[in-house]
Amino acid sequence: MPKEMEVPMTAIEGGNASCFDAVVVGAGPAGSAAALVLARGGAKVALLERGTEPGSKNLYGGVIYPAILAQLIPDYPESAPIERRITRRVTMLVDGGRATWLAHDNPSWGDPGGPNAFTAYRPAFDSWLAGVAVAAGAVLLPSTTATRLVRDAYGHVAAVATDREGPPLRTRMVIAADGANSFLAKQAGLMKGAGAEGYTLGVKRVLSLGAEEIERRFNIASPGEGVDIEILGCTGEVSGGGFLYTNSETVAVGLVLSLTGLAATKSRPEELLGRLQRHPSIEPLLRGAEPLEYGAHLIPEAGFSHWPRLGSKGLLVAGDAAFACLAAGLWLEGVNYAIASGAEAGRAVLAEFDSHGAADAAAVYASAMEASFVGINHRRLRHAPRLVMSRATQVGLPRFANHLASEIFSVRDPEPKPGLARAAYAAAHRSGVSPLTAGAAVLRALRTFG
Amino acid sequence: MSRITDAPNPKLNYRQATESPEPGAGIDLDQELGRVEFRISTRPHIALDNRVCAGCTARTCLNACPARLFVETSAGEIIFNYENCFECGTCYLVCGHEGALSWNYPPGGYGVRFHRS
Repeated sequence: MPKEMEVPMTAIEGGNASCFDAVVVGAGPAGSAAALVLARGGAKVALLERGTEPGSKNLYGGVIYPAILAQLIPDYPESAPIERRITRRVTMLVDGGRATWLAHDNPSWGDPGGPNAFTAYRPAFDSWLAGVAVAAGAVLLPSTTATRLVRDAYGHVAAVATDREGPPLRTRMVIAADGANSFLAKQAGLMKGAGAEGYTLGVKRVLSLGAEEIERRFNIASPGEGVDIEILGCTGEVSGGGFLYTNSETVAVGLVLSLTGLAATKSRPEELLGRLQRHPSIEPLLRGAEPLEYGAHLIPEAGFSHWPRLGSKGLLVAGDAAFACLAAGLWLEGVNYAIASGAEAGRAVLAEFDSHGAADAAAVYASAMEASFVGINHRRLRHAPRLVMSRATQVGLPRFANHLASEIFSVRDPEPKPGLARAAYAAAHRSGVSPLTAGAAVLRALRTFG
Repeated sequence: MSRITDAPNPKLNYRQATESPEPGAGIDLDQELGRVEFRISTRPHIALDNRVCAGCTARTCLNACPARLFVETSAGEIIFNYENCFECGTCYLVCGHEGALSWNYPPGGYGVRFHRS
Protein backbone atom coordinates (compact mmCIF):
# COMPACT_ATOMS: atom_id res chain seq x y z
CA MET A 1 0.00 0.00 0.00
CA PRO A 2 1.28 3.44 -0.85
CA LYS A 3 1.28 6.09 1.79
CA GLU A 4 -1.87 8.11 2.11
CA MET A 5 -1.78 11.69 3.31
CA GLU A 6 0.81 11.75 6.02
CA VAL A 7 -1.20 13.46 8.66
CA PRO A 8 0.03 13.71 12.21
CA MET A 9 -2.60 13.68 14.94
CA THR A 10 -1.52 17.10 16.03
CA ALA A 11 -2.57 17.73 19.60
CA ILE A 12 -3.88 21.17 20.36
CA GLU A 13 -4.82 22.64 23.68
CA GLY A 14 -8.45 22.16 24.64
CA GLY A 15 -10.97 24.88 25.35
CA ASN A 16 -14.65 25.18 24.79
CA ALA A 17 -14.81 28.07 22.33
CA SER A 18 -16.12 26.55 19.09
CA CYS A 19 -16.41 28.29 15.79
CA PHE A 20 -18.93 25.70 14.63
CA ASP A 21 -20.99 23.23 16.60
CA ALA A 22 -20.35 20.73 13.83
CA VAL A 23 -18.21 20.52 10.70
CA VAL A 24 -19.42 18.21 7.94
CA VAL A 25 -16.74 17.21 5.41
CA GLY A 26 -18.16 16.54 1.96
CA ALA A 27 -21.31 18.06 0.47
CA GLY A 28 -22.53 14.86 -1.18
CA PRO A 29 -25.90 13.33 -0.23
CA ALA A 30 -24.62 12.08 3.16
CA GLY A 31 -22.97 15.35 4.14
CA SER A 32 -25.80 17.59 3.00
CA ALA A 33 -28.40 15.42 4.75
CA ALA A 34 -26.35 15.61 7.96
CA ALA A 35 -25.94 19.39 7.63
CA LEU A 36 -29.66 19.80 6.93
CA VAL A 37 -30.68 17.85 10.06
CA LEU A 38 -28.14 19.73 12.18
CA ALA A 39 -29.15 23.16 10.86
CA ARG A 40 -32.84 22.39 11.39
CA GLY A 41 -31.94 21.35 14.95
CA GLY A 42 -30.45 24.78 15.57
CA ALA A 43 -26.77 23.80 15.36
CA LYS A 44 -24.21 26.07 13.76
CA VAL A 45 -22.84 23.83 11.03
CA ALA A 46 -20.16 24.21 8.34
CA LEU A 47 -20.39 22.05 5.20
CA LEU A 48 -17.03 21.62 3.45
CA GLU A 49 -16.82 20.72 -0.23
CA ARG A 50 -13.57 20.29 -2.14
CA GLY A 51 -15.22 20.82 -5.54
CA THR A 52 -16.17 24.21 -6.91
CA GLU A 53 -19.76 23.16 -6.26
CA PRO A 54 -21.35 20.15 -4.56
CA GLY A 55 -21.48 17.11 -6.85
CA SER A 56 -18.76 18.28 -9.22
CA LYS A 57 -16.49 15.47 -7.97
CA ASN A 58 -19.24 12.87 -7.90
CA LEU A 59 -20.25 10.28 -10.46
CA TYR A 60 -22.63 7.35 -10.06
CA GLY A 61 -24.33 4.68 -12.01
CA GLY A 62 -27.10 6.43 -11.78
CA VAL A 63 -30.55 6.14 -10.18
CA ILE A 64 -31.87 7.77 -7.01
CA TYR A 65 -34.52 5.97 -4.91
CA PRO A 66 -36.17 8.88 -3.10
CA ALA A 67 -38.35 7.29 -0.39
CA ILE A 68 -35.99 8.40 2.38
CA LEU A 69 -35.42 11.78 0.73
CA ALA A 70 -39.19 12.31 0.84
CA GLN A 71 -39.15 11.84 4.62
CA LEU A 72 -36.48 14.50 4.97
CA ILE A 73 -37.81 16.91 2.34
CA PRO A 74 -41.48 16.05 1.65
CA ASP A 75 -41.90 18.61 -1.15
CA TYR A 76 -38.68 17.59 -2.96
CA PRO A 77 -40.41 16.87 -6.33
CA GLU A 78 -41.20 20.58 -6.63
CA SER A 79 -37.57 21.67 -6.62
CA ALA A 80 -35.22 18.69 -7.08
CA PRO A 81 -33.49 18.57 -10.50
CA ILE A 82 -35.09 15.31 -11.67
CA GLU A 83 -34.14 14.12 -15.17
CA ARG A 84 -36.57 11.22 -15.68
CA ARG A 85 -38.80 9.12 -13.41
CA ILE A 86 -37.93 5.45 -13.92
CA THR A 87 -40.96 3.44 -15.01
CA ARG A 88 -39.13 0.49 -16.55
CA ARG A 89 -36.50 -1.55 -14.77
CA VAL A 90 -34.65 -4.02 -17.00
CA THR A 91 -32.22 -6.74 -16.05
CA MET A 92 -30.30 -7.87 -19.10
CA LEU A 93 -28.30 -11.09 -19.16
CA VAL A 94 -25.66 -11.11 -21.90
CA ASP A 95 -23.85 -14.07 -23.40
CA GLY A 96 -21.79 -13.26 -26.47
CA GLY A 97 -24.08 -11.56 -28.98
CA ARG A 98 -27.21 -12.88 -27.30
CA ALA A 99 -29.13 -11.14 -24.56
CA THR A 100 -32.09 -12.12 -22.40
CA TRP A 101 -34.12 -9.23 -21.03
CA LEU A 102 -36.24 -9.24 -17.90
CA ALA A 103 -38.22 -6.02 -18.08
CA HIS A 104 -40.69 -4.68 -15.55
CA ASP A 105 -42.94 -1.79 -16.60
CA ASN A 106 -44.69 -0.04 -13.74
CA PRO A 107 -46.70 3.08 -14.66
CA SER A 108 -47.38 3.86 -10.98
CA TRP A 109 -43.66 4.50 -10.55
CA GLY A 110 -44.08 7.52 -12.80
CA ASP A 111 -46.16 9.50 -10.28
CA PRO A 112 -44.58 12.98 -10.36
CA GLY A 113 -45.52 13.46 -6.70
CA GLY A 114 -43.73 10.32 -5.55
CA PRO A 115 -41.71 8.35 -8.07
CA ASN A 116 -40.06 5.07 -7.05
CA ALA A 117 -36.80 6.13 -8.67
CA PHE A 118 -35.46 8.92 -10.82
CA THR A 119 -32.31 9.84 -12.71
CA ALA A 120 -30.42 13.06 -12.03
CA TYR A 121 -27.04 14.59 -12.75
CA ARG A 122 -25.04 14.55 -9.55
CA PRO A 123 -23.64 18.09 -9.82
CA ALA A 124 -27.23 19.35 -10.14
CA PHE A 125 -28.73 17.04 -7.51
CA ASP A 126 -25.96 17.41 -4.93
CA SER A 127 -25.91 21.21 -5.37
CA TRP A 128 -29.68 21.25 -4.90
CA LEU A 129 -29.53 19.17 -1.71
CA ALA A 130 -26.68 21.28 -0.30
CA GLY A 131 -28.80 24.34 -1.15
CA VAL A 132 -31.63 22.98 1.00
CA ALA A 133 -29.16 22.62 3.88
CA VAL A 134 -27.90 26.16 3.30
CA ALA A 135 -31.47 27.49 3.28
CA ALA A 136 -31.92 25.82 6.68
CA GLY A 137 -28.85 27.68 8.00
CA ALA A 138 -25.80 25.56 7.15
CA VAL A 139 -22.69 27.40 5.96
CA LEU A 140 -21.32 25.91 2.71
CA LEU A 141 -17.58 26.27 2.15
CA PRO A 142 -16.87 25.15 -1.44
CA SER A 143 -13.41 24.73 -3.00
CA THR A 144 -12.14 23.62 0.40
CA THR A 145 -10.24 20.37 0.87
CA ALA A 146 -10.09 18.99 4.40
CA THR A 147 -6.49 17.93 5.01
CA ARG A 148 -6.55 16.41 8.50
CA LEU A 149 -8.33 16.06 11.79
CA VAL A 150 -6.91 17.93 14.77
CA ARG A 151 -7.33 16.47 18.24
CA ASP A 152 -7.22 18.03 21.69
CA ALA A 153 -5.15 16.83 24.61
CA TYR A 154 -7.81 14.20 25.40
CA GLY A 155 -7.71 12.68 21.92
CA HIS A 156 -11.08 14.22 21.06
CA VAL A 157 -11.42 15.56 17.49
CA ALA A 158 -11.49 19.32 18.02
CA ALA A 159 -10.90 20.88 14.60
CA VAL A 160 -10.54 20.19 10.91
CA ALA A 161 -7.53 21.55 9.05
CA THR A 162 -8.21 22.64 5.48
CA ASP A 163 -6.21 24.02 2.59
CA ARG A 164 -7.89 27.39 3.09
CA GLU A 165 -5.85 30.14 4.64
CA GLY A 166 -6.22 30.52 8.35
CA PRO A 167 -6.34 28.24 11.35
CA PRO A 168 -8.19 24.89 11.44
CA LEU A 169 -11.97 25.09 11.84
CA ARG A 170 -12.68 24.47 15.51
CA THR A 171 -15.72 22.37 16.26
CA ARG A 172 -17.37 20.06 18.80
CA MET A 173 -18.13 17.35 16.23
CA VAL A 174 -16.91 16.31 12.78
CA ILE A 175 -18.97 14.23 10.35
CA ALA A 176 -16.72 12.64 7.73
CA ALA A 177 -18.87 12.30 4.62
CA ASP A 178 -15.76 12.52 2.47
CA GLY A 179 -16.55 9.74 0.06
CA ALA A 180 -15.22 6.36 -1.00
CA ASN A 181 -11.59 7.21 -0.29
CA SER A 182 -12.38 8.76 3.12
CA PHE A 183 -8.93 9.84 4.19
CA LEU A 184 -10.41 11.23 7.40
CA ALA A 185 -11.83 7.85 8.47
CA LYS A 186 -8.50 6.25 7.56
CA GLN A 187 -6.56 8.88 9.49
CA ALA A 188 -8.78 8.30 12.51
CA GLY A 189 -8.10 4.56 12.32
CA LEU A 190 -11.76 3.65 11.84
CA MET A 191 -11.35 1.74 8.56
CA LYS A 192 -10.78 -2.00 8.62
CA GLY A 193 -7.86 -1.62 6.25
CA ALA A 194 -9.99 -1.91 3.13
CA GLY A 195 -7.78 -2.74 0.16
CA ALA A 196 -8.63 -3.13 -3.51
CA GLU A 197 -10.98 -6.06 -2.79
CA GLY A 198 -13.44 -3.74 -1.07
CA TYR A 199 -14.02 -1.54 -4.11
CA THR A 200 -15.16 -1.52 -7.69
CA LEU A 201 -14.41 1.09 -10.34
CA GLY A 202 -17.31 2.73 -12.14
CA VAL A 203 -16.69 4.21 -15.59
CA LYS A 204 -19.40 6.06 -17.44
CA ARG A 205 -20.05 7.90 -20.70
CA VAL A 206 -22.86 10.40 -21.14
CA LEU A 207 -24.14 10.82 -24.70
CA SER A 208 -26.62 13.31 -26.11
CA LEU A 209 -29.61 12.01 -28.07
CA GLY A 210 -32.40 14.52 -27.50
CA ALA A 211 -35.60 13.91 -25.54
CA GLU A 212 -37.83 12.78 -28.42
CA GLU A 213 -35.25 10.37 -29.82
CA ILE A 214 -34.76 8.83 -26.36
CA GLU A 215 -38.52 8.35 -25.96
CA ARG A 216 -38.71 6.75 -29.41
CA ARG A 217 -35.71 4.43 -29.07
CA PHE A 218 -36.52 3.31 -25.55
CA ASN A 219 -40.26 3.01 -26.18
CA ILE A 220 -41.13 5.43 -23.38
CA ALA A 221 -44.84 6.09 -22.93
CA SER A 222 -44.81 9.61 -21.46
CA PRO A 223 -42.30 12.45 -21.52
CA GLY A 224 -40.46 12.67 -18.22
CA GLU A 225 -40.45 8.91 -17.76
CA GLY A 226 -37.40 6.78 -18.31
CA VAL A 227 -35.64 3.43 -18.34
CA ASP A 228 -32.98 1.82 -16.16
CA ILE A 229 -31.17 -1.18 -17.65
CA GLU A 230 -28.77 -3.24 -15.49
CA ILE A 231 -26.58 -5.66 -17.41
CA LEU A 232 -24.85 -8.87 -16.31
CA GLY A 233 -22.33 -10.83 -18.36
CA CYS A 234 -20.90 -7.85 -20.27
CA THR A 235 -17.57 -7.39 -18.47
CA GLY A 236 -15.51 -10.23 -19.94
CA GLU A 237 -12.95 -11.71 -17.58
CA VAL A 238 -13.50 -8.98 -15.01
CA SER A 239 -16.33 -9.37 -12.50
CA GLY A 240 -18.78 -6.50 -12.54
CA GLY A 241 -21.77 -5.30 -14.48
CA GLY A 242 -23.06 -2.71 -16.90
CA PHE A 243 -25.76 -0.10 -16.90
CA LEU A 244 -27.62 2.09 -19.33
CA TYR A 245 -30.18 4.66 -18.28
CA THR A 246 -31.98 7.66 -19.63
CA ASN A 247 -31.73 11.30 -18.60
CA SER A 248 -33.93 13.98 -20.19
CA GLU A 249 -31.73 14.69 -23.21
CA THR A 250 -28.91 12.19 -22.70
CA VAL A 251 -28.25 8.54 -22.03
CA ALA A 252 -25.55 7.24 -19.69
CA VAL A 253 -23.78 3.96 -20.36
CA GLY A 254 -21.18 2.50 -18.09
CA LEU A 255 -19.54 -0.39 -16.31
CA VAL A 256 -18.74 -1.33 -12.76
CA LEU A 257 -15.51 -3.35 -12.58
CA SER A 258 -13.84 -5.29 -9.80
CA LEU A 259 -10.47 -3.68 -8.99
CA THR A 260 -8.87 -7.03 -8.27
CA GLY A 261 -10.27 -8.31 -11.59
CA LEU A 262 -8.84 -5.34 -13.44
CA ALA A 263 -5.49 -5.94 -11.81
CA ALA A 264 -5.47 -9.67 -12.55
CA THR A 265 -6.57 -9.52 -16.19
CA LYS A 266 -4.77 -6.38 -17.38
CA SER A 267 -8.04 -5.27 -19.01
CA ARG A 268 -8.61 -1.62 -19.79
CA PRO A 269 -11.87 -0.06 -18.54
CA GLU A 270 -12.66 1.88 -21.72
CA GLU A 271 -12.00 -1.19 -23.90
CA LEU A 272 -14.54 -3.19 -21.90
CA LEU A 273 -16.99 -0.29 -22.13
CA GLY A 274 -16.38 -0.06 -25.87
CA ARG A 275 -17.26 -3.74 -26.15
CA LEU A 276 -20.57 -3.21 -24.32
CA GLN A 277 -21.41 -0.27 -26.59
CA ARG A 278 -20.92 -2.47 -29.64
CA HIS A 279 -23.17 -5.26 -28.34
CA PRO A 280 -25.97 -5.82 -30.89
CA SER A 281 -28.62 -5.22 -28.21
CA ILE A 282 -27.04 -1.94 -27.07
CA GLU A 283 -25.48 -0.43 -30.20
CA PRO A 284 -28.80 0.55 -31.88
CA LEU A 285 -29.82 2.43 -28.74
CA LEU A 286 -26.67 4.56 -28.82
CA ARG A 287 -26.13 4.90 -32.58
CA GLY A 288 -25.23 8.43 -33.63
CA ALA A 289 -25.39 9.81 -30.09
CA GLU A 290 -22.98 12.66 -29.40
CA PRO A 291 -20.55 11.98 -26.55
CA LEU A 292 -20.56 14.72 -23.90
CA GLU A 293 -18.67 13.51 -20.85
CA TYR A 294 -16.62 10.57 -19.61
CA GLY A 295 -15.62 9.88 -16.06
CA ALA A 296 -14.84 7.38 -13.33
CA HIS A 297 -15.41 6.93 -9.62
CA LEU A 298 -14.80 4.31 -6.94
CA ILE A 299 -17.65 2.35 -5.38
CA PRO A 300 -17.17 0.94 -1.87
CA GLU A 301 -18.99 -2.18 -2.88
CA ALA A 302 -18.02 -4.77 -0.26
CA GLY A 303 -20.96 -3.95 2.01
CA PHE A 304 -21.42 -4.87 5.65
CA SER A 305 -18.18 -6.87 5.97
CA HIS A 306 -16.22 -3.68 5.31
CA TRP A 307 -18.20 -1.25 7.44
CA PRO A 308 -15.75 0.85 9.44
CA ARG A 309 -16.26 1.74 13.06
CA LEU A 310 -18.92 4.41 12.56
CA GLY A 311 -17.56 6.87 15.08
CA SER A 312 -15.13 7.78 17.79
CA LYS A 313 -14.64 10.78 20.06
CA GLY A 314 -15.88 13.80 18.15
CA LEU A 315 -16.08 12.02 14.78
CA LEU A 316 -18.82 10.19 12.86
CA VAL A 317 -18.50 8.59 9.41
CA ALA A 318 -21.37 8.59 6.88
CA GLY A 319 -22.19 7.72 3.28
CA ASP A 320 -19.65 6.06 0.97
CA ALA A 321 -17.01 6.73 3.63
CA ALA A 322 -18.95 4.31 5.84
CA PHE A 323 -19.42 1.75 3.01
CA ALA A 324 -23.14 2.55 3.27
CA CYS A 325 -23.92 1.94 -0.41
CA LEU A 326 -25.66 -1.34 -1.22
CA ALA A 327 -24.33 -3.37 -4.16
CA ALA A 328 -26.44 -6.49 -3.88
CA GLY A 329 -27.04 -7.45 -7.50
CA LEU A 330 -30.82 -7.17 -7.53
CA TRP A 331 -30.51 -3.91 -5.63
CA LEU A 332 -27.92 -1.32 -6.57
CA GLU A 333 -28.47 1.67 -4.33
CA GLY A 334 -26.26 4.33 -2.84
CA VAL A 335 -27.66 7.83 -2.69
CA ASN A 336 -30.60 6.77 -0.49
CA TYR A 337 -28.24 4.96 1.90
CA ALA A 338 -25.96 8.00 1.99
CA ILE A 339 -28.88 10.33 2.78
CA ALA A 340 -30.16 7.98 5.50
CA SER A 341 -26.76 7.57 7.15
CA GLY A 342 -26.06 11.31 7.00
CA ALA A 343 -29.42 12.14 8.54
CA GLU A 344 -28.85 9.58 11.34
CA ALA A 345 -25.40 11.06 11.98
CA GLY A 346 -26.93 14.54 12.23
CA ARG A 347 -29.59 13.32 14.66
CA ALA A 348 -26.98 11.56 16.80
CA VAL A 349 -24.94 14.76 17.06
CA LEU A 350 -28.06 16.70 18.08
CA ALA A 351 -28.79 14.02 20.71
CA GLU A 352 -25.34 14.55 22.21
CA PHE A 353 -25.71 18.33 22.16
CA ASP A 354 -29.23 18.27 23.60
CA SER A 355 -28.20 15.95 26.44
CA HIS A 356 -25.20 18.19 27.20
CA GLY A 357 -22.86 15.31 26.51
CA ALA A 358 -24.75 12.65 28.50
CA ALA A 359 -25.51 10.83 25.25
CA ASP A 360 -22.51 9.84 23.14
CA ALA A 361 -23.08 10.67 19.48
CA ALA A 362 -20.97 7.75 18.24
CA ALA A 363 -22.98 5.25 20.31
CA VAL A 364 -26.32 6.83 19.35
CA TYR A 365 -25.34 6.81 15.68
CA ALA A 366 -24.11 3.20 15.69
CA SER A 367 -27.34 1.90 17.22
CA ALA A 368 -29.51 4.10 14.96
CA MET A 369 -27.71 2.68 11.91
CA GLU A 370 -28.17 -0.88 13.18
CA ALA A 371 -31.89 -0.29 13.68
CA SER A 372 -32.54 1.51 10.39
CA PHE A 373 -33.09 -0.04 6.96
CA VAL A 374 -29.44 0.77 6.23
CA GLY A 375 -28.15 -1.60 8.90
CA ILE A 376 -30.91 -4.18 8.55
CA ASN A 377 -30.55 -4.51 4.77
CA HIS A 378 -26.77 -4.51 4.90
CA ARG A 379 -26.68 -7.19 7.57
CA ARG A 380 -29.24 -9.31 5.77
CA LEU A 381 -27.45 -8.97 2.41
CA ARG A 382 -23.92 -9.18 3.76
CA HIS A 383 -23.03 -12.18 1.54
CA ALA A 384 -24.59 -10.67 -1.60
CA PRO A 385 -21.62 -8.64 -2.91
CA ARG A 386 -19.40 -11.72 -2.95
CA LEU A 387 -22.10 -13.90 -4.53
CA VAL A 388 -22.79 -11.30 -7.21
CA MET A 389 -19.10 -11.04 -8.09
CA SER A 390 -18.57 -14.82 -8.16
CA ARG A 391 -17.87 -16.42 -11.52
CA ALA A 392 -21.01 -18.55 -11.12
CA THR A 393 -23.14 -15.39 -11.14
CA GLN A 394 -20.97 -13.49 -13.58
CA VAL A 395 -20.56 -16.18 -16.25
CA GLY A 396 -22.70 -19.19 -15.34
CA LEU A 397 -26.00 -17.36 -14.83
CA PRO A 398 -26.08 -15.27 -18.04
CA ARG A 399 -24.83 -18.21 -20.07
CA PHE A 400 -27.48 -20.52 -18.62
CA ALA A 401 -30.27 -17.96 -19.09
CA ASN A 402 -29.40 -17.44 -22.74
CA HIS A 403 -28.98 -21.15 -23.50
CA LEU A 404 -32.31 -21.82 -21.79
CA ALA A 405 -34.14 -19.09 -23.71
CA SER A 406 -32.57 -20.34 -26.92
CA GLU A 407 -33.55 -23.97 -26.14
CA ILE A 408 -37.13 -22.96 -25.44
CA PHE A 409 -37.73 -20.41 -28.17
CA SER A 410 -35.76 -21.91 -31.06
CA VAL A 411 -38.17 -23.89 -33.26
CA ARG A 412 -36.47 -26.98 -34.66
CA ASP A 413 -39.20 -28.70 -36.67
CA PRO A 414 -39.34 -31.55 -37.50
CA GLU A 415 -37.55 -32.26 -34.21
CA PRO A 416 -40.17 -32.47 -31.46
CA LYS A 417 -40.06 -29.79 -28.75
CA PRO A 418 -38.08 -30.60 -25.64
CA GLY A 419 -39.80 -30.66 -22.25
CA LEU A 420 -38.91 -27.77 -19.97
CA ALA A 421 -36.88 -29.97 -17.63
CA ARG A 422 -34.96 -31.38 -20.56
CA ALA A 423 -34.40 -27.87 -21.96
CA ALA A 424 -33.06 -26.71 -18.58
CA TYR A 425 -30.80 -29.74 -18.39
CA ALA A 426 -29.47 -29.13 -21.91
CA ALA A 427 -28.94 -25.42 -21.16
CA ALA A 428 -27.01 -26.23 -17.99
CA HIS A 429 -24.92 -28.78 -19.87
CA ARG A 430 -24.11 -26.29 -22.64
CA SER A 431 -23.24 -23.62 -20.06
CA GLY A 432 -20.74 -25.94 -18.43
CA VAL A 433 -22.79 -25.95 -15.24
CA SER A 434 -23.04 -29.36 -13.55
CA PRO A 435 -26.28 -30.21 -11.70
CA LEU A 436 -24.27 -30.17 -8.46
CA THR A 437 -22.88 -26.67 -9.15
CA ALA A 438 -26.33 -25.43 -10.13
CA GLY A 439 -27.86 -26.84 -6.94
CA ALA A 440 -25.15 -25.26 -4.80
CA ALA A 441 -25.66 -21.90 -6.56
CA VAL A 442 -29.41 -21.99 -5.97
CA LEU A 443 -28.91 -22.82 -2.29
CA ARG A 444 -26.34 -20.03 -1.95
CA ALA A 445 -28.68 -17.55 -3.65
CA LEU A 446 -31.56 -18.57 -1.37
CA ARG A 447 -29.35 -18.17 1.71
CA THR A 448 -28.09 -14.78 0.49
CA PHE A 449 -31.35 -13.23 -0.67
CA GLY A 450 -33.89 -15.44 1.18
CA MET B 1 -14.85 21.78 -22.58
CA SER B 2 -12.37 24.48 -21.70
CA ARG B 3 -9.30 23.69 -19.66
CA ILE B 4 -8.76 26.23 -16.95
CA THR B 5 -5.30 26.50 -15.52
CA ASP B 6 -3.72 28.69 -12.91
CA ALA B 7 -0.46 28.72 -14.84
CA PRO B 8 0.69 28.39 -18.43
CA ASN B 9 -0.18 24.81 -19.33
CA PRO B 10 2.95 23.06 -20.53
CA LYS B 11 2.06 21.16 -23.67
CA LEU B 12 1.56 17.54 -22.83
CA ASN B 13 4.06 15.44 -24.64
CA TYR B 14 4.32 12.39 -22.44
CA ARG B 15 2.03 10.32 -24.63
CA GLN B 16 3.92 11.14 -27.78
CA ALA B 17 7.04 10.11 -25.90
CA THR B 18 5.79 6.57 -25.73
CA GLU B 19 4.24 4.12 -28.11
CA SER B 20 0.58 4.97 -28.13
CA PRO B 21 -1.48 2.12 -26.66
CA GLU B 22 -4.25 0.34 -28.53
CA PRO B 23 -7.20 2.67 -28.99
CA GLY B 24 -10.00 1.76 -26.59
CA ALA B 25 -12.08 -0.33 -28.96
CA GLY B 26 -14.36 2.40 -30.21
CA ILE B 27 -13.60 4.78 -27.37
CA ASP B 28 -10.75 7.20 -27.98
CA LEU B 29 -9.67 8.09 -24.47
CA ASP B 30 -7.78 11.20 -25.53
CA GLN B 31 -10.95 12.55 -27.14
CA GLU B 32 -13.03 11.56 -24.12
CA LEU B 33 -10.64 13.37 -21.76
CA GLY B 34 -10.74 16.41 -24.02
CA ARG B 35 -14.46 16.73 -23.30
CA VAL B 36 -13.98 16.73 -19.52
CA GLU B 37 -13.33 19.92 -17.58
CA PHE B 38 -10.17 19.87 -15.49
CA ARG B 39 -9.04 22.85 -13.41
CA ILE B 40 -5.37 22.17 -13.33
CA SER B 41 -3.30 23.11 -10.31
CA THR B 42 0.42 23.72 -10.74
CA ARG B 43 0.93 21.42 -7.75
CA PRO B 44 0.65 17.69 -8.61
CA HIS B 45 -1.61 15.88 -6.14
CA ILE B 46 -0.08 12.47 -6.86
CA ALA B 47 3.63 11.70 -6.80
CA LEU B 48 5.33 8.63 -8.16
CA ASP B 49 8.63 7.21 -6.91
CA ASN B 50 10.23 5.39 -9.83
CA ARG B 51 12.86 3.87 -7.56
CA VAL B 52 10.03 1.76 -6.14
CA CYS B 53 8.36 1.20 -9.52
CA ALA B 54 11.63 -0.11 -10.96
CA GLY B 55 11.22 -3.22 -8.83
CA CYS B 56 7.57 -3.77 -9.80
CA THR B 57 6.68 -6.30 -12.47
CA ALA B 58 2.89 -6.19 -12.09
CA ARG B 59 2.53 -2.53 -13.09
CA THR B 60 -1.20 -2.67 -12.58
CA CYS B 61 -1.50 1.12 -12.65
CA LEU B 62 -0.83 1.02 -16.41
CA ASN B 63 -4.09 -0.74 -17.24
CA ALA B 64 -6.34 0.02 -14.27
CA CYS B 65 -6.28 3.83 -14.35
CA PRO B 66 -9.50 4.81 -16.15
CA ALA B 67 -7.82 7.87 -17.66
CA ARG B 68 -4.72 5.92 -18.66
CA LEU B 69 -2.47 8.43 -16.95
CA PHE B 70 0.33 5.95 -16.22
CA VAL B 71 2.52 5.18 -19.22
CA GLU B 72 5.64 3.06 -19.54
CA THR B 73 8.50 4.59 -21.51
CA SER B 74 10.67 2.51 -23.81
CA ALA B 75 13.31 2.71 -21.07
CA GLY B 76 10.92 0.99 -18.65
CA GLU B 77 10.22 4.01 -16.48
CA ILE B 78 6.66 4.87 -15.54
CA ILE B 79 5.65 8.42 -16.28
CA PHE B 80 2.52 9.90 -14.90
CA ASN B 81 0.40 12.92 -15.72
CA TYR B 82 -1.82 14.19 -12.92
CA GLU B 83 -3.68 16.76 -15.00
CA ASN B 84 -6.49 14.58 -16.36
CA CYS B 85 -7.02 12.66 -13.13
CA PHE B 86 -10.59 11.73 -12.10
CA GLU B 87 -9.36 11.51 -8.47
CA CYS B 88 -10.92 8.05 -8.18
CA GLY B 89 -8.20 6.33 -6.12
CA THR B 90 -7.91 3.20 -8.27
CA CYS B 91 -4.13 3.57 -8.71
CA TYR B 92 -3.20 3.56 -5.03
CA LEU B 93 -5.65 0.73 -4.29
CA VAL B 94 -4.28 -1.59 -6.99
CA CYS B 95 -0.65 -0.63 -6.33
CA GLY B 96 0.90 -3.23 -4.05
CA HIS B 97 4.08 -1.31 -3.35
CA GLU B 98 4.63 0.73 -0.23
CA GLY B 99 5.83 4.21 -1.07
CA ALA B 100 5.38 4.02 -4.84
CA LEU B 101 2.51 6.49 -4.87
CA SER B 102 1.71 9.35 -2.56
CA TRP B 103 -1.87 10.30 -3.16
CA ASN B 104 -3.76 13.41 -2.09
CA TYR B 105 -6.75 15.29 -3.35
CA PRO B 106 -5.98 18.38 -5.44
CA PRO B 107 -6.28 21.73 -3.67
CA GLY B 108 -9.88 22.86 -3.13
CA GLY B 109 -11.52 23.99 -6.38
CA TYR B 110 -8.96 22.26 -8.59
CA GLY B 111 -9.03 18.98 -10.45
CA VAL B 112 -11.87 17.33 -12.31
CA ARG B 113 -15.19 19.14 -12.54
CA PHE B 114 -18.06 16.93 -13.71
CA HIS B 115 -21.25 18.41 -15.18
CA ARG B 116 -23.44 15.50 -16.27
CA SER B 117 -22.25 12.72 -13.99
